[in-house]
Order: sequence, then C-alpha cells, then structure tokens
Amino acid sequence: MTRLTIPKTYKLYIGGAFPRSESGRSYEVVSAKGAFLANAAQASRKDARDAVVAARGAVSGWSGATAYNRGQVLYRIAELLDGRRAQFVEEIAAAEGVTAAAAATQLDEAIDTWVWYAGWADKFVQVAGSGNPVAGPYFNLSVPEPTGVVAMVAPQGQKGGSLLGLVRVVAPALVAGNTVVVIADEKRPLSAISLGEVLATSDVPGGVVNILTGSPAEIAPWLAAHADVNALDLTGAGALEWIDLEIAAADTLKRVIRPDAGVPAASLDRILDLVETKTVWHTKALI
Amino acid sequence: MSFLEYAPAPESTSILHLKKSYGLFIDGEWVDGRGQNFSTISPATEKKIATIATASPKDVDRAVAAARTAYDRVWSKMSGSDRGKYLFRIARLVQERARELAVAESLDNGKPIKESRDVDVPLVAAWFFYYAGWADKLDYAGLGANPRALGVAAQVIPWNFPLLMLAWKIAPALAAGNTVVLKPAETTPLSALLFAEILQQAELPPGVVNIVTGAGETGAALVRHPDVNKVAFTGSTGVGREIAKAIAGTDKKVTLELGGKAANIVFDDAPIDQAVEGIVNGIFFNQGHVCCAGSRLLVQENIHEEVVGRLKQRLSTLRLGDPLDKNTDIGAINSKDQLERIRTLSDIGEQEGGERWSAPCMIPENGFWFAPTIFDNVQTSSTIAREEIFGPVLSVLTFRTPAEAIAKANNTPYGLSAGIWSDKGSKILAVADKLRAGVVWANTFNRFDPASPFGGYKESGYGREGGRHGLNAYLKGAAK
Repeated sequence: MTRLTIPKTYKLYIGGAFPRSESGRSYEVVSAKGAFLANAAQASRKDARDAVVAARGAVSGWSGATAYNRGQVLYRIAELLDGRRAQFVEEIAAAEGVTAAAAATQLDEAIDTWVWYAGWADKFVQVAGSGNPVAGPYFNLSVPEPTGVVAMVAPQGQKGGSLLGLVRVVAPALVAGNTVVVIADEKRPLSAISLGEVLATSDVPGGVVNILTGSPAEIAPWLAAHADVNALDLTGAGALEWIDLEIAAADTLKRVIRPDAGVPAASLDRILDLVETKTVWHTKALI
Repeated sequence: MSFLEYAPAPESTSILHLKKSYGLFIDGEWVDGRGQNFSTISPATEKKIATIATASPKDVDRAVAAARTAYDRVWSKMSGSDRGKYLFRIARLVQERARELAVAESLDNGKPIKESRDVDVPLVAAWFFYYAGWADKLDYAGLGANPRALGVAAQVIPWNFPLLMLAWKIAPALAAGNTVVLKPAETTPLSALLFAEILQQAELPPGVVNIVTGAGETGAALVRHPDVNKVAFTGSTGVGREIAKAIAGTDKKVTLELGGKAANIVFDDAPIDQAVEGIVNGIFFNQGHVCCAGSRLLVQENIHEEVVGRLKQRLSTLRLGDPLDKNTDIGAINSKDQLERIRTLSDIGEQEGGERWSAPCMIPENGFWFAPTIFDNVQTSSTIAREEIFGPVLSVLTFRTPAEAIAKANNTPYGLSAGIWSDKGSKILAVADKLRAGVVWANTFNRFDPASPFGGYKESGYGREGGRHGLNAYLKGAAK
C-alpha cells in the first residue's frame, strides 16, 4: 500500500512568519499541465501593508549588520537551498512543465546567484564609494547606503524563471541592506513560498524579505503608493499598467526600476540601483 | 562710529555691459522668443535690469532640435580630449570674467557680493575645470570601457544659485558628451545669459548648449519634450514630483535635486564658537535660500540657553542691506513671492507657539527683505519644523541623547543634508551613519566642491551631482 502524501499548505511570508491572507482568500495554483497543485494565499491590501510594516521594522537591524555578516547570511541561503534540492526541482518542474534536469539547472542558477551576491556584500562599497579630494581641509568620503524598503514585482511567467526570477530581484536588494516586499510569480508562486522557508531558517532576520502571493495587478498599486516604501522595482510588471505604478510612486519620489523582459542577469548595477550615496565631510584641524 | 559701523563699500556695476534686452540663445545665436517678454529686476531695489524673452513650446522645439543636431553631427563625434579643452576654456573664461559675473549675480539674485564673489563664481570655474578633466577619461567613470552619452539633456535650474546650478548641470553633461538645453529660473536669468556670451568667446560649437528663458511653462515644455534623453532638475519637491510623473513610462534618465529640511545637530561637547558660526552659515548663508540649509537646529538641552544666547548675539552683528556692498552679510530675498511665503510661514510659526526673535536691523525701504529670525521652543509637529521655508528662518529644537537627536533629525520626508557638531570623532561617525541624508557635514556646514557628490535621500530627490557619481548621471554603459 502506498503511503498517503501530506501536501503542504502554502501561505504568505511576512515578518518571519507564515500567515494566511487576512482576507481569507486563496486561489488555485495548477501545474503546467493544468493539474491542481495547491491553494495559494491571495494577498490583500492589508497583507501588503503588514508586509511594509515588517520590512520597515527590519531595516535598522539588517542595514546595521556588518557587511561580512550580511554576506554570510546570503551565502547561508545558498547552502540551505542546495540542501532542499529535491523539493525545489519538483516544484519548478511541476510549475513550468520542464524536465527535472531543466528544473535542476534553474535551481543551480538560483543557488549560484545567492553565492555571487553574497560575495558582493563587503565589496560593492569599495567599488561604488569614493574618497573625494576637495579643495579644503576636509576628509571627505562618499559611501553607498541602502535605499530602505523596496517593493517588487518578481518576473511573471518567464520561461526558466519561476524561482530564478524572484531570486534575481530579491538577492541584489539585500546585499546593501535593503528590506523587501516582493510579489511572487502569480501563476507559479509555490517555489517562492518554499524559498521563504529557506530564508526563515537561514539567519535572515524576520521582515527582511516578505513574500506575497496573489494578483500583482491588485497588490502593486497599494505598494507603489505606500508612503513608507522607498523604492519600487517593476522588473516583472511589464504586463501590468506599470506607467500608472510609476506615476503613483512619484508622489513620494520613490526610486523606480522599470520593467525588464525576461529574467534579469545578476549584475552589480542591480545592487547600485537600490543604494543612496552619502557624502560626509569631516573638518581637519589646521596644525 | 562704533566698531560695527562701516562706510558703504559698494561694488561698482560699471564692470557690467548689459544689453537692454536678451533673446534666447539657440544654436549659437541670439533669437527672439515667441512668448511674452518679461523683466528681470533687482530684488534689492525692485528696479528693472533687462527685458528677457520667453521661450514658447515652439522655441523649445527649436532649441531641442539644435541640441540634437549638434549632438549627432558634432559633439558625439568629437574626441573626449577636445570636449575637455572646450570645458577648460570655459573654466578660464569664467575666472577671467569672475568679477563681472559676481556683480551680475548679486544684482539679479540679491545675494551678498561677498558670497557671489567668494563662493558662487569660484565654484563655477572649479566645476568646469573638474569636469573638463573627466571628458577624456570616461572609461574610468565606473561604467566600464566605452560608456556612452545619453544624448540631449534638458536642464531646469533654480534661482538661489543661478550660475552655480548652471555649472553643476552643464559641466558634467558636456564632459560626458551630451548636448544641453538649459532653462534658468524666471527671476534670475541674467548670469546664464552672460554665460552664453562666454560660450561664444570659447567658440563652443553652435547648439551644444542652448539657453531658453521663461517661466514654469517653458520648463514644463522642455522636460516633457519627446526628443530629450535626460532630465536634470533642481528646485522644489512639488515640481520634482510633477517631473517624475511626466517622465513615467519614458526612457528618460532623471536627476532630481529637491527640497530639504536639514537638521544641524549640536552636542554639548561641540566647539561652541565654531558651532555658532556654523549654525549662522548653515541657515543665513544666501538668505537661507539653500535647499540643504540647516533650517532645524537640534541643540542638546543642557547647552540650549547658551547656544541660543550666543546665536542672538552673533545675529545682531550681521549687516543686512545692499547686496553689492562688500560688508553686507544678508542680502535681499529673491522675489516678492518668496518673501510672502517666508512671512506666511513665520506667522504660522508664531501662531503655533514658537518664540520668535528677529535680529534688530534696518530694513531698506525698497526691495524684498527679511531680518534673520529664530524660532525657539519649536515642536517637531510645528509647520515650521516640517516645511521648507527657504528663507533666513531657523527653528530651534532640543534633544537629550544622541538617539533622540537622530530620531528627530530623520523625522522628515526630506533627506538632503545634515550637520553634526561635536569634538568627539567616534560620536560624529556613529551619528553620521544613522542620519538619512545625502550630505553630512561634521563640524562644518554648506561646503561644496566639484569632487564631492551632492544629492538627497527620500523626497529630496535622486541622483547625485558632483564627483564621479555626478558624471555617471549623464552616461550609460557600452552597448551590449
């Protein structure tokens, strides 16, 4: 007799916890072949706002951690992701209708993305910062700092991107110390929530990454207009009314990353798109 | 005469050779504007200086077309070293004509000649000299080899540092290989128009820099123009928002330098004499018409009375009056509208319980003037602690611990600048880390340098001007 499986309940990931949507809503997630996979939580405006509160609360601790520490935590995510290969390969294969080998390739890329960005945490400041030779008795230094809370729409429906797309937008934001509210791939959200489980056990402080499942068209406008969000990453919003989102973001002068077709490549630019340059002048004594 | 009295020492305006009226500077030539002409006046006397043209949307089209042609045919094909040589020429010409530019600036803007002469104009020359050297070194700007210019840059600048803001905009744009259409502020077009003459003397190819004058509508037409690739704006957060909305959905790259409500934090271990000078420089420099002005003094509670007392003493020695007088510390408010705004907000400050004190100074009969003013016992919720006044008005708040100072300093949607006064280096570094502001001055304030990136966090805008960062704002990586 075969053993009955125990299907997982997929919920949201907010503030380090896994709540259902406060709205009580869920939606059916089906495989590439149309078979029922799970009922995912359908996040509401309130869930999005709760996620922003959690993300704001986590900014101080995460951005205040040492760069070495943030790098180790990001590397730890890669370690744990690698340790749960079977689960992710299965989820990706079911969601995208690809072979296990193709799913494993995507997972490898996702893992390598975390490793690559982990290494940047204690280096990008040197690359992007500067010591400035001002004409006067001052020690003058410019350093990049995190922008703050970043709301994101992960790539939607991209081939080979149900997990990788989300990782490619979230990981670079974390390098500098930003915190994130990300709307997962609407139709293929399950591996995103499983990633939340990895994050929850990788020493990533609660609230640093908050993952919402549901309709980006419904949730994104609330995040774009939210006054406590500092930046809006619309990488995966190409199919939405994204110009309206950019206009809404302008009310509080959020930094906006415009939509990108496909799964974005890992790049230093993505780290630097979500930092602010702070320049500090220190007086030197005249001796 | 007491030791505070001086004989008047006005700078002569005979150095200026102004025209009665100025057109638009498009494609290297002066052309008439199709909009309604207006007058630029001296805010110190309300007397007319010259008639200025207004660029209509059609004129803006023409200017953008000239910039596009110059970009396609000349500027984008020129070697970096030649572009740099033009910028070096401009820097030298500014130095040569420095006195004239300073007088024109003080006349048109109302700022004291000692500031235009010793701060604005020298920095203008420095800005062009600095970016001149970048023009043939773009491979080292941080974007990899062979970075490309963006194309035509639309630049709209404010009235508080007319020529300096022009330099902040034009120098990096040209060094990176862009061409420019720039609109100076309606109340201060004069120095930009003199600068156009300098461009002619430098023999800059026609169309590389075009200067169109006019009011907000001209600026709106410029930043919304479909053939513009880059928008750079310095001004109010309100207009910045409108620009951010207008360019939504386009490929335009944007830099916005907007408002501020900077905290100037004075700890009880600060060198008090220097701090008092720094507070004065922070908020009364340029009549407080400074986006990064230290308009909120956060003073540690135990030295509050001492600092405010010394501040009042110091302010009582400031000389308000003729901007062209070399002894003047406080010049004229730039316009009637701005004076009204400062008055209105100050009245609100009083109504909301702030203790108002103004320096006892003679206010000239004509022109727009506002005595240096302090509001003591201001609450964080007060309008004058939250809204940018853009005038010589200081709000004083107190704190007990560094954590409270940081919380109060960051309690604003703005994030342009901040000041810290303490003799304890470790404290300065720790506090500087926690301030959400793009520029932090430790034991100094309102310092600017072309090598030093400047720009805001949060609603103070985005992008940086100055340094390598400022250059990157006008470049993109090599084609992939």
